Amino acid sequence: MSVYQAIKHWWHKLGSPVHFYHFAGRHLKWTSLLALLCYFTGLTWGLAFAPADYQQGNSFRIIYLHVPAAALSMGVYVSMAICCAIGLIWKMKLTFMVARSLAVIGAVFTALALFTGSVWGKPTWGTWWVWDARLTSELILLFLYLGFISLSEALPDRDTANKASGILAIVGVVNIPIIHYSVVWWQSLHQGSTIFKFAKPSIATEMLWPLLIMMLAFSLLAVSYVFLNTRTQILKQRIKRL
Amino acid sequence: MHPLRRKRLMLIIYIMLIIAIVVGLILYALRQNINLFYTPTQIINNEAPKGVNIRVGGLVEVGSFKRESDSLKSEFSVTDTEESIVISYEGILPDLFREGQGIVAKGQLTPENRFIADEVLAKHDENYMPPEVKEALEAKGYWQHDQQSQSTY
Repeated sequence: MSVYQAIKHWWHKLGSPVHFYHFAGRHLKWTSLLALLCYFTGLTWGLAFAPADYQQGNSFRIIYLHVPAAALSMGVYVSMAICCAIGLIWKMKLTFMVARSLAVIGAVFTALALFTGSVWGKPTWGTWWVWDARLTSELILLFLYLGFISLSEALPDRDTANKASGILAIVGVVNIPIIHYSVVWWQSLHQGSTIFKFAKPSIATEMLWPLLIMMLAFSLLAVSYVFLNTRTQILKQRIKRL
Repeated sequence: MHPLRRKRLMLIIYIMLIIAIVVGLILYALRQNINLFYTPTQIINNEAPKGVNIRVGGLVEVGSFKRESDSLKSEFSVTDTEESIVISYEGILPDLFREGQGIVAKGQLTPENRFIADEVLAKHDENYMPPEVKEALEAKGYWQHDQQSQSTY
């Protein structure tokens, strides 16, 4: 069997709810344990051992929650839209379940990014909120997540709900580059990118490491939640059929 | 790929393209409304309306800050390195406010292009480093304030 066929076989098997249920169950333990470990290491390192910023002092430390939450809020959205696109094209039910799990954790990350940004903005900028392009587009992202969740729960027929919410998710992808480039395209109060740019990150190495660990922690949390929640959805669907 | 699936894939790509073009055009048309503030150059060129609430942003010019000793009234000029404009403000300035720092002020423009601000917000840049590193950079002459804060207004 060639490598291509092996991958194809694995992918097809993963598409079946029964197989995914066991796959997720097997891996849930280590992803969640590793997420916990990363949170512990990243937060301790970032909040207690990383040096204070030359300009903002200790208040910059909220970066260790704000940046991973904001980055993952966008990453999770793109993954959700890809799941919906696969579901719409190949008529797979499982990917819609994964998308619905992603929507919940993505909405939580977006809300956290908005909240921590607000808390950070008050001492540094002097305001909790300003209708800046970056802040507004991130708020629209939260509404997209909430709209997706409501739409997929509101319609009684599963297939119709999947189709409608899937299209919403795909259309909403247009907001992702807008969020990322909002600080480049328009004059804004929010500063430019520190890490996600085609240049060396403009943050000292001893501050960058805990930040990367926190990003890994948030990613692992998202993966663990998707495993857990999709398993629950598979079980619920089984119960309904009985 | 199955023809039906290929058709659905093309349909999704087509929808996304149309939406991207529509949103792109809307944002392009609204670009001046999306910009949070006017630059001093735009104000000198009379691109900003007078007598209504607007925001102006730029770097606080080094050596321009004056404060009255018996009140919270202060006066300073902001620049985008080409033009500069004088801002007067009464109130408490944010912690990060200092000369050379990027700021955004909300208020009104007088007919003689002075800016009366009722709110001053500080911008900060995307560079994070410990104080010792900054001192070392300064000592070696690698720290150029103008260059460092170019991107911040």
